[in-house]
Amino acid sequence: MDGLAHQITAGVATGGIYASVALALVMIYQATHHVNFAQGEMATFSTYIALTFIQAGLPYWVAFVATVIVSFAIGVAIERLLMRPVQHAPVLTHVGVFIGLLLIVGNATGWVFGYTTEVFPSPFESEGLLLGGLVSGHELGSTAVTLAVLLLVYLFFRHTTLGLAMRAAAYNPASSRLVGIRVGWMLALGWGLAAAVGAVAGMMVAPVVFLDPNMMLGILLYAFAGALLGGIDNPMGAVVGGFAVGVLENLAGAYVVGTELKLTVALAIIIGVLVVKPSGLFGRVVLSRV
Amino acid sequence: MAALLEAKALTAGYGQTAVLHGIDFAVEERGVSALLGANGAGKTTTLRAVSGMVRTGGELRLAGERINGLATEEIVRRGVAHVPDGRGTFMELTVEENMRLGAYVRRDRAEVEGDFERMFGYFPRLRERFKQQAGTLSGGEQQMLAITRALLLRPRLLLLDEPSFGLAPLVVQEIFAIMRRVREEQSVGILLVEQNASLALDFADRAYLLETGRIVVSGPAAEIGQDESVRRSYLGY
Repeated sequence: MDGLAHQITAGVATGGIYASVALALVMIYQATHHVNFAQGEMATFSTYIALTFIQAGLPYWVAFVATVIVSFAIGVAIERLLMRPVQHAPVLTHVGVFIGLLLIVGNATGWVFGYTTEVFPSPFESEGLLLGGLVSGHELGSTAVTLAVLLLVYLFFRHTTLGLAMRAAAYNPASSRLVGIRVGWMLALGWGLAAAVGAVAGMMVAPVVFLDPNMMLGILLYAFAGALLGGIDNPMGAVVGGFAVGVLENLAGAYVVGTELKLTVALAIIIGVLVVKPSGLFGRVVLSRV
Repeated sequence: MAALLEAKALTAGYGQTAVLHGIDFAVEERGVSALLGANGAGKTTTLRAVSGMVRTGGELRLAGERINGLATEEIVRRGVAHVPDGRGTFMELTVEENMRLGAYVRRDRAEVEGDFERMFGYFPRLRERFKQQAGTLSGGEQQMLAITRALLLRPRLLLLDEPSFGLAPLVVQEIFAIMRRVREEQSVGILLVEQNASLALDFADRAYLLETGRIVVSGPAAEIGQDESVRRSYLGY
């Protein structure tokens, strides 16, 4: 019974990471109606930036904040420089840009920071096991950070004028222009926020899986599964889906398929959702007359 | 004194297709100009041209300043509010959020709150529906919300695209009664597109009759309303 409880809490901890990345995916998806395949690689790149700051002697939380700010700027720059010129192009062009971005950011990470696996520090390491040995300090701490980020994003979108303008721009760009919203900048801000959320996820997962240029590859798949499970157009759904996938993956890994086949769970969820309920658990079913 | 809005040899179109072939019209400060004409005459396109939603040629001046070529959001920031064809409501958002978006570019927060109250005075039903999703409103309520959203910009110029479209006669009367109050209470010029010619001529002080992208008749609204031949050949009543 203790084993099961531990698997579930560990699943919640990794689920938080998936939930963050899933939220980042959904934020871009809502604005552009495409999945940013490069979201994971961007997060890895951000985590290397954090490592560089830490190795340069900055205290952990200073490096954390600096990384979030730099990642936000990178996200904005990517939208302005790469996505802006192709905003009216067909779907395949966007997919092409996303794949190009995936390869370029992934390889640039290896080129700049090297391909060796690095140890990434956790600010919660010293705590040891907590809650009666159920969770490690890092699991508890990273879950708290993840929840704080998700709450901040929620409050931003719900209760600020800028957040409202960003939602409006995603729902209805033409009407948004008619109330004076600069829609192009709202998209850029969305990219910045997604990159910042992804950076936090990268920094929280790196102490567990170790840092290498392909660190986020599997995580992006789980996050995508989570986003689909919750409904790719629903931020809350994506968060719930992310947590659910984390727990499912851990339980399946421990009791059903074994650790080697864990990634298969993500793929099975993706295919299962697309076949059985393409809109996800909380997604909106869009009907159109033909 | 220059007119609030002045169009000279205005052309507009979609892609290769020209819709407006050089039209001249004006809206005076605090005045109402109506654009009349059959379906496909270019009325909606004229409004879209003013708020920069389509490519334009010729000249458009707002209080003397040239505005063609500007992005829609920049024209809006100069005080042009547009209630578009289809109303432009944010269906997924609440009534409150739609109203906040109407005042999005304003920086005078305290006065926005006062304007909210003024709007509830015009349309009490919006207060009842304040927290409700805009998509759940009736057609009439949605039109009220669309006009409210536009007025919350505190516009110098209001563009209204067929406010009577698809609404019951009583609701249309209510909306036009409110528009008359708005004209008395605040300084705003209105460019009105309307299928219902008698309604529009009654409300406007100038009218322009559009036929396939050209203005065929223009003049004071009262005169056009009384001109038997114009009424018979173009307005059909």
